[in-house]
Amino acid sequence: MKYIKILSCAALMTGASFGSAFAGCGIESGRISILANDFPALHAVVSKAEECAGGAVTFAKNHTAKHQELQGPALTANPAEYTAKIVTNGSIVPLLTDGLLRPLDDLVAKHGQSLGKNQLITIDGKIMAVAFMANAQHLVVRQDILEKVGKPIPATYEEVLETAEAIRAAGIMKYPFAMLTKADWNLGEEVVNMYLGHGGEFFKPGTAEASVNNAKGVATLEMLKSLMEYSNPDFLTYNTGAVVPLWESGELAMAEIWGSSMGSLLDDEGSTPAVVSNTVPANAPTVGGGSNPASTLWWDGFSIAKNISDEDAEATFIALVNGVSAEMVKANNDKAVWLMDAYVPGKSAEGVSMVAAAGAEPYPMLPYMGLLHGAFVAEVPDFLQGNESAEQTLADIEAAYTASAKEKGFLK
Amino acid sequence: MLLFIALPIASVVVQSLFVQHEQVMIEVENCGPFKCETVIQADPDATAALRESAPLGKYNALKTYTNRNHLAFDELGDIWSTSETFFGFVGGVYNLPFYKALFFTLTYTFLVAPSVLILGLFIALGVNRLPELVKGPTIFASLLPMIVTPLIGSLILFWMVDADGIIGATLQLIFNNPDLSLKASAPLTWIMLIIYGIWHSTPFAFVVFYAGLQTVPSDTLEAAQIDGASRWQRVRFVIVPYMMPLAIFILLMQLMDGLRVFEPIVGFSASAKATSLSWIIFNDLFGNAKLYGSAAATSMLTIIFVCIILTPVLIRTWRDFNRKGI
Repeated sequence: MKYIKILSCAALMTGASFGSAFAGCGIESGRISILANDFPALHAVVSKAEECAGGAVTFAKNHTAKHQELQGPALTANPAEYTAKIVTNGSIVPLLTDGLLRPLDDLVAKHGQSLGKNQLITIDGKIMAVAFMANAQHLVVRQDILEKVGKPIPATYEEVLETAEAIRAAGIMKYPFAMLTKADWNLGEEVVNMYLGHGGEFFKPGTAEASVNNAKGVATLEMLKSLMEYSNPDFLTYNTGAVVPLWESGELAMAEIWGSSMGSLLDDEGSTPAVVSNTVPANAPTVGGGSNPASTLWWDGFSIAKNISDEDAEATFIALVNGVSAEMVKANNDKAVWLMDAYVPGKSAEGVSMVAAAGAEPYPMLPYMGLLHGAFVAEVPDFLQGNESAEQTLADIEAAYTASAKEKGFLK
Repeated sequence: MLLFIALPIASVVVQSLFVQHEQVMIEVENCGPFKCETVIQADPDATAALRESAPLGKYNALKTYTNRNHLAFDELGDIWSTSETFFGFVGGVYNLPFYKALFFTLTYTFLVAPSVLILGLFIALGVNRLPELVKGPTIFASLLPMIVTPLIGSLILFWMVDADGIIGATLQLIFNNPDLSLKASAPLTWIMLIIYGIWHSTPFAFVVFYAGLQTVPSDTLEAAQIDGASRWQRVRFVIVPYMMPLAIFILLMQLMDGLRVFEPIVGFSASAKATSLSWIIFNDLFGNAKLYGSAAATSMLTIIFVCIILTPVLIRTWRDFNRKGI
């Protein structure tokens, strides 16, 4: 059965590439050059777009984890080094701030009939990107261990604490919980999630002034610290690369991870059948009586550089629309939570779907959010190690943010 | 000299005096797959116009140097007036990112440099006494820590000190404490970084001293031996004074190396417990928020600290040189 499936997939792929060789994607000439992050779902999209290459159409791609470092300088050049950049709601912000992206309204009207309305990212009324997949952090639990201690899947972080204590008390694991708390961007993201779960606002409305030194901020930090009681003392070094193997080796009972990691937890590599069959994705917990899950929604999408010719922009757009076509989704259904209609959600997508359905906030698309995120990273480890009070940490965060926001020109 | 040293430094000095233009903010409505919301956003056209008129940015004089992320003069004043005890003051200062990094950098430098010097000398003396047959292989093996790239070396050690790694698990067994984790405690992380620094730099001192030992005049050593000097006395009164210029050279190199400690902090994922001046510069330039002015200011401060710390050593070398001249 599986063999037949692979065959038919292969047939579909070759069919598509033959099709492109003869009919193309309707592109006659142009330069297509794509800069993207490096993970399987994006490989699928970009490889599909590559099928439009041939003849007078040149194609180049660069998948790199350093895409954020490259994007600014590469798109500032005229003509831009890359005609397209695969962005997220985080990495698009500096490009918008520097005005390096081309509005896509004309191209969407001309070639974007297959795109859903929910895929169009509009900023100030102009379409600046086309989203194709969603991602969010959510909880994953080991069903067998929860059953052993007679607890349901936790719906709130308070219940996570109770369940973790029960697992510890039953002598099953000393450190049953983990989240992505490495003292870099990861830890900042956990603070953002938890603060939004408490219903907090990061800035004074209508200004770039940080306002996190409040009761919700204190509750956020205290909750993170309580959770870390049940996480291995090495928690400040935990990123996805550390937590996924721990989970696969059966050393964790509950973890907060990215939806995009679920695929590797549920596949048959790196773990035992006992762990895999009991691995269940769950919604991101709420916290402090809030109604929204303590998680942020992310999208990945494509955008087109401003400093390129209209011909290249059109060629690139057509190729990328082909890249996110229904065919691509069908061939790569379980690699991501796709936003296209052709997507059939599987088990690995359940977590992200639940987070989105439960009304989690998108990660703030503010030009100065990155600076506040950086201030969380710089100051929160001190608190989690018990060196200072929550209030002191929050005051430090605001002070560190203010200093860098002044330097970037967001504050006077 | 002018092209590769003076010009870059001058450009960093200029950079450190400027910050970015004030961003012109506008309110826009953003719509995505999840919802629409009104946010404020930088206006690229208006900002571009500003940038055109003054490409360097806004002149900020020395304010970047004195803000909270650097020398923090205002904050120091506040902490001085509000803290009741001396320890309260020190704690407050240590809470400021620049001073925290400076404290680790100096501790690292002043522990690693002398240890490397002493250890390197003893290894050189030891190897010098080995029979010819094993000398070559021993020298080669002793040089290995220096051959490994610092980032790779620290990453390898990082996995070895993991609770499941060979060093981490052995330490847990020795101290009979299953929770012992070198990554979790700040003092242990510092010790780990410092030991790593010594391990990495000692071969350099060793190889320089070893070369120096080959040139110690044998007649002086024999004369001392005839006078009845013990082995220790020969080392103390003949070899060490003879090799003093070499020792000063190594000290100079080690002080400079120590002040720019960086790779082990990244390799050991230790930034939550220990930061250095170089790490702050890296952090300012990494990711989306590129704080060029801030990074430039930290670079200048690092250069100034290097100069301050190296001055005594340089003065001594200069005096020695003059004395010899006479």
